[in-house]
Amino acid sequence: MSSYRIQGATGEWEVVIGLEVHAQISTQAKLFSGAATAFGAEPNTQVSLVDAAMPGMLPVPNAECIRQAVRTGLAINAVINPWSRFDRKNYFYADLPQGYQISQLYHPLVGEGAIEIVADDKKPDETKVIGVERIHVEQDAGKLMHDQHPTMSYVDLNRSGVALMEIVSRPDMTSPAEAGAYLTKLRTILRYVGSCDGNMDQGSMRADVNVSVRRAGEPLGTRTETKNVNSVRFVMATIEYEANRQVDVLEAGGKIVQETRLFDPDTGTTRSMRSKEDAHDYRYFPDPDLLPLVLDAAFIEECRASLPELPDAKRLRYATELGLSAYNAGVLTADAETARWFERLVTKSAALQGKSESDVARAASNWLTSELFGALNKLGKALLDSPVTPDAGAELLALVGDGTISGSIAKQVLEKMLDTGDAPGAIVEREGLKQTSDTGAIEAAVDAVLATNADKVDQYRGGKDALFGFFVGQTMKAMQGKGNPGLVNQVLKAKLG
Amino acid sequence: MSVAPADVAKIASLARIKLSQAEIDAMVPELNGILAWVDQLGEVDVTGIEPMTAVIPNTLRLRADVVGADPLTGGDVRDKVLANAPAAEHGFFGVPKVIE
Amino acid sequence: MTDLTNLGIAAIRDGVAKGDFTAVEVATAFNAAVAEANPALNAFIVTTPDHALAAAATVDAARAAGQSLGAMAGVPIGMKDLFATQGVQTTAASHILEGFVPHYESTVSQRLWNAGAGMLGKLNLDQFAMGSSNETSAFGNVISPWRAAGDTAARAPGGSSGGSSAAVSARIVAAATGTDTGGSIRQPAAFTGISGIKPTYGRCSRWGVVAFASSLDQAGPMARDVTDCAIMLEAMAGFDPKDATSLDLPVPAWSSALSDNLQGLKVGIPREYRLDGMDPDVAKSWDDGIAWLSDAGAEVVDISLPHTKYALPTYYIIAPAEASSNLARYDGVRYGLRDLPDGAGLQDMYAATRAAGFGAEVKRRIMIGTYVLSAGFYDAYYTQAQKVRTLIARDFEQAFQRVDVILTPTAPTSAFVLGQKSADPLEMYLNDVFSVPASLAGLPAMSVPAGLDRSGLPLGLHLIGRPFDEQGVLNAGLAIERRAGFAARPEKWW
Repeated sequence: MSSYRIQGATGEWEVVIGLEVHAQISTQAKLFSGAATAFGAEPNTQVSLVDAAMPGMLPVPNAECIRQAVRTGLAINAVINPWSRFDRKNYFYADLPQGYQISQLYHPLVGEGAIEIVADDKKPDETKVIGVERIHVEQDAGKLMHDQHPTMSYVDLNRSGVALMEIVSRPDMTSPAEAGAYLTKLRTILRYVGSCDGNMDQGSMRADVNVSVRRAGEPLGTRTETKNVNSVRFVMATIEYEANRQVDVLEAGGKIVQETRLFDPDTGTTRSMRSKEDAHDYRYFPDPDLLPLVLDAAFIEECRASLPELPDAKRLRYATELGLSAYNAGVLTADAETARWFERLVTKSAALQGKSESDVARAASNWLTSELFGALNKLGKALLDSPVTPDAGAELLALVGDGTISGSIAKQVLEKMLDTGDAPGAIVEREGLKQTSDTGAIEAAVDAVLATNADKVDQYRGGKDALFGFFVGQTMKAMQGKGNPGLVNQVLKAKLG
Repeated sequence: MSVAPADVAKIASLARIKLSQAEIDAMVPELNGILAWVDQLGEVDVTGIEPMTAVIPNTLRLRADVVGADPLTGGDVRDKVLANAPAAEHGFFGVPKVIE
Repeated sequence: MTDLTNLGIAAIRDGVAKGDFTAVEVATAFNAAVAEANPALNAFIVTTPDHALAAAATVDAARAAGQSLGAMAGVPIGMKDLFATQGVQTTAASHILEGFVPHYESTVSQRLWNAGAGMLGKLNLDQFAMGSSNETSAFGNVISPWRAAGDTAARAPGGSSGGSSAAVSARIVAAATGTDTGGSIRQPAAFTGISGIKPTYGRCSRWGVVAFASSLDQAGPMARDVTDCAIMLEAMAGFDPKDATSLDLPVPAWSSALSDNLQGLKVGIPREYRLDGMDPDVAKSWDDGIAWLSDAGAEVVDISLPHTKYALPTYYIIAPAEASSNLARYDGVRYGLRDLPDGAGLQDMYAATRAAGFGAEVKRRIMIGTYVLSAGFYDAYYTQAQKVRTLIARDFEQAFQRVDVILTPTAPTSAFVLGQKSADPLEMYLNDVFSVPASLAGLPAMSVPAGLDRSGLPLGLHLIGRPFDEQGVLNAGLAIERRAGFAARPEKWW
């Protein structure tokens, strides 16, 4: 589907991308210790003796980490391995107190799965399936700070031992847009499942980006791995930069070195990481402090039963059962909170209007995606911070639905709702915004407009039909927008003959 | 299998143990003696045998997701964590400056 | 009044309970014995007389208040310096941990204090428990209290729990903790004429015990007789949720179920343990053991453990591999030694610190372990060794379908002279030839004194049981103890 190509001096190059996403599992305590995982604590306050790798300390796994990883696996239709093991990945670094990371190499918890993406929002029907090779559970490392002391780096182990899922894709992506869509979709799924909060700015989700280039039809080129890229935009920028850099190197007759690189968000470039240049001989072996992890079928079924409706299923349902446009269905299912907001809006609207959900859903989705999103956008607010609740939104839609106010008055009412937080009914009442369906008042207003614009009436009658809109506008203006548009049309048509 | 001085130097580097050339040279025959001895395991027919995973048949027990359920393995013990550190400042461990 | 240091666990506990003497009197007597002997034996790295006295005073107060007393109430013991002890330096006998004072107490030591025991000090050992003679300690060799007849040469107390064995046999502690990875309780017990049991893997929590090889390490008691071992093991063992390999089983009342009546029991004698050129005194003591067990009512059965010869090489792949990873945490960042040469970066600091902090044997094993796990060698060495380990465990499983307990010698020789085997690592490793197979299979195993060899040095007999069957091992040990009548003690020269 993607026709992304790098135009080199010597011809076209394809890009091959795989992502290893590290997602922090949403838990209270760490993977192998009872220390807390909250973001932003004072240095080394969320560190147990286990996390600091004191002599004789031992790991005991947190059940919730296993449960959430299994639920995540089920959400991407992956194989759940009933027998898995933790392995040690051995290397020396100041952020790794044990001298090894407890991870899973040989027998991961979750095997093969898949994620369907839409690379281009404008073409919601063009989907592509990205393979997920595996999901394993592992410890996060601590954090080094290099700018606090002239000759020392400071070590904070608060993150050390926090549970991560490493979600390893197949090298199935061929453009920055696909990688961006994959990462966004993955985040959506994780948030639906509740296994990761997806806060990339707090480091709860970050990606190692594997990029290689090749000429069409040739075998895979040597890849580089850019570590810890922490936003969708940066992942796309990394690929863009890295692919072009590799093409330049290759076209200049050079070779790509398989290496670890670092993305610099300030310059949008990547550079080789000196500290990880070390021999990559991690000497993985099964952690002898931990026995094999055996899951029974009941546990896996319990995980499956606890899953919410997932974004793909929801999007399909919005389109088929609720009659939403593909675009709206996509936007409204992009994250769990938005979907929850929308579903409440629909339920409440249907109740208030005495209609079925499918009868009100389309109007509700249009109002939400264009009116409310637009207004919130101007205020720089997210849906979750919206002063307008789904119930208030439903009330507003009901006022339009039963003809109490017109669509244009509804826009004014929404602005006041956002401003004051008041209920729409109260605003309409207080401001006297009720739509007038009183034929007498409308006739009087029409008469006045026709009298003051006698010349235009002649022109209209002389064949200038386009002036009809002018008369409607003038009448509505005279009625401060409150005239029932249908009745205004009727009366004008009659009077103009 | 046997090792040469360059192999020993590489292993020492992986294990982060600084060895002088003399120490490396002395270790070569020692390690080769031990390796030659353990090489006899190669003669055991292990067809169809699974590597041992749990010496006493047992599977992994999991704990509940509770912070500080046992204070001995909970956080909030910064003083204890830093008490034996060769260099600790402002609540951090200090190490020679690292360039990433 | 008799010298209180002549008493073991049961006698002290009962005497304190009855009021024959106070716990403080006992602690005082042992503190004095430690102070007198330690300069010569070097069994302790640090002594903690105040700890022993404080624990004793607590016991005396509890008794005075009419409270019930613990199973080890008033018993002063030595703690192998592999167990983390809160507020007391814990070194694993390595320079890299010199000065390290933990802010936590190991589960096993805590259980002993809870049972009313007191600590006389931290006992010397082979560095990180790697050794069979106690010559790898950074704090000097432990000297065995035993000497050969007509010979004053310093002998090995065995290892790695050599401080423990020396202290128990010199009667300067009532008992001591040991840890056993490939024989580190049993071989030193045999060398010094005392009893020691390594329980089933997972009986004693490893939490707070400096790790050597996680899949093999087990703590256990070293004491003057089988009964004391049973009492002390009951106090040490028990489920610990902080250790994922801990067995979630109740602790049986081993001491009250002790019996030397072996009617109906079958004792296996593995033919592969009868090595070519076996020391005739060792062979004879094994035959004695067979006769004693037979006398106790057991039926003697010849068995085969065909993969026995591969146990040591298997062990010397698995244990160093685990150790190379377990010891990576000693890096000079969070505790212990830091060696920071001028201008050194982080990785240079690691290499310098570990070079300066680890002893030669520890380095050797880390090197072997690193090598066997490294790319290209992992399957040939580590995976192969774990497969052979499965076969070794299977040998025992099959044997235990036919017999209830297995009898072998504990070690191939009696205690050797210090320095005699330290030049050749392989020769030293062979010391564990009889003890390692049970470790690889996680089985309970114990050494009990059998007699003296021609030079007047103790020999031990080794009993191996089914998983969880410490009782069977202890009972067979008791049967030997009662029939061997071992009463020899090292002549006091210190």
